Amino acid sequence: MKDNNVIQAKNLTKKFGDFTAVNSITFEVKKGEIFGFLGANGAGKTTAMKMLIGISIPTSGKAQVAGFDIFTNPEDIKKNIGYMSQKFALYDDLTVKENITFFGGIYGLSKEQIKKKRNQLVEELGLKEIVNELVGSLPLGWKQKLAFSVALLHNPKIIFLDEPTGGVDPITRRQFWEMIYKTANSGTTVFVTTHYMDEAEYCDRVSIMVDGKIEALDTPKKLKEQFKVTSMNDVFLKLARG
Amino acid sequence: MKRFIGFIKKEFYHIFRDRRSLFILFGMPVAQIMLFGFAITNEINNVDIAILDKSKDITTQEIINKISSSTYFTIEQLITSEAEIETMFKKGKIKAVLIFEKDFSKNLIKKNNASIQIITDATDPNTANTISNYTNSILQKYQQKVNKSIEIPYQIVPQSRMMYNPELKSVFMFVPGVMTIILMLVSAMMTSISITKEKELGTMEILLVSPLEPFQVIIGKVVPYIFLSIINAIVIVLLSIFIFKMPVQGSLFLLGVESVIFIINALSLGILISTISATQQTAMMISLMGLMLPVILLSGFIFPINSMPEILQVISNVIPATWYIIILKGIMLKGVGLAVIWKETLVLVAMTVFFIVLSIKKYKIRLE
Repeated sequence: MKDNNVIQAKNLTKKFGDFTAVNSITFEVKKGEIFGFLGANGAGKTTAMKMLIGISIPTSGKAQVAGFDIFTNPEDIKKNIGYMSQKFALYDDLTVKENITFFGGIYGLSKEQIKKKRNQLVEELGLKEIVNELVGSLPLGWKQKLAFSVALLHNPKIIFLDEPTGGVDPITRRQFWEMIYKTANSGTTVFVTTHYMDEAEYCDRVSIMVDGKIEALDTPKKLKEQFKVTSMNDVFLKLARG
Repeated sequence: MKRFIGFIKKEFYHIFRDRRSLFILFGMPVAQIMLFGFAITNEINNVDIAILDKSKDITTQEIINKISSSTYFTIEQLITSEAEIETMFKKGKIKAVLIFEKDFSKNLIKKNNASIQIITDATDPNTANTISNYTNSILQKYQQKVNKSIEIPYQIVPQSRMMYNPELKSVFMFVPGVMTIILMLVSAMMTSISITKEKELGTMEILLVSPLEPFQVIIGKVVPYIFLSIINAIVIVLLSIFIFKMPVQGSLFLLGVESVIFIINALSLGILISTISATQQTAMMISLMGLMLPVILLSGFIFPINSMPEILQVISNVIPATWYIIILKGIMLKGVGLAVIWKETLVLVAMTVFFIVLSIKKYKIRLE
């Protein structure tokens, strides 16, 4: 594994009975980059991601995440990654403050660290008025930002985002991508799945999955040149239609 | 450990901020025990009866007085002809009729026997049976009193005594059952719902991606319910002791230990249910249909196991509640110790271990 690769997958495969959800995928993700993991619904994006974050066991293949093997050291991987699911899962019946404290706590942060982080978050996101509100009463955009920040509480080396912009409006999406850029600039690698092709343009490199296989992997610019089209959307359509 | 405490704190927030779960946790036990204790009863009290006295002599009058002075019966009407009986039954005014034959006293003295007919409304067979038994025992007592002066060469006098529940209070039978139902409900249903809730919300995924081990997540979810179930068990025992005067003859400590075993048993069932259901609704339905119904119908709580068809008896034996109820009745009413109920305890422990192992296995499979 090269030093600047934080994720390295080789022939990673996941089968459910006769169905092959992920079919021998091989790719690397470099430190500090925004890696877009694209594909239609059901192409196997989420399954592939679940194998990398240790909640799904691969049928065959190899992979290393944050320098640890997914078969032998899944616990070390968990300490070094953050994860935000497509449901922006936070506890609706807990306040913003309680959510931050809880998630900081399960990552083993000390009381002082949690307090420091919380104050920092309150300031950056402008949460002052709502810090004692129940999360359930917040608009979706707020939940999304909060879920993202909570996933970053323990300063992970890599953050995995599973369709992080589903169901939010274009302005909030734009703001969210600004947060992603900021995170990547601070050295955290961002691994993001999406099916919005316009978002693919924001990524440093993208891979496109079709029916469990990675059909294309490069920078958005090179992919557009390769397929002789002007947008990622067209790249995707060309690939998906074969 | 610190992570763990944070987890449990969060779990209590969930419980105390949800009115529905609070009601199930604390309202239900009290409501159920009161309902079963006061409203639902197998005893008969002030049952309305009618009397057709064709003889109208001193003896029949004495017997009628005996009957009307007992708290079991109220004489609703004295009727004069058999034709009225059917109408009265159909209207539901009375539950039984006593018919004294003509020349009751005379027959008794001259022929040494006289007869009374007891007709009961058996649309409710249990009540009919009880009425008939109670009437018989009143008659028997009267007979004994009359016969005192006369020497009878041979006589068998049955003297029955109702051990452990001399007054045949139904509440003594309901308390162990209700306690079992409530512990099952709180432990199994509430945990399975709270675990599936995390699955539904997607927070379970987040927890599994965190450095918390899967078993820590599950134990963290379960521990608060162990606490609450124990509190519930204590509340039920206190209510039954102080309000229904139910005795606890045996050791309270043993009662506690057995209850904790049963609670853990129910919790592992709850975990098991949560592994096979994707939504809270499913978890609730499976808990209600798969756990509550068998507990109510097949555990011997209401219907005696011995009189069930063989296949149901077999099923009854694999229900943990069956064994817990036997243990509860043993400790509370009979005052027995482990020396007597070790076998039931062993079965309960074995079942608990089995369900724990099974739910851990199932839970792991879910992860892959």
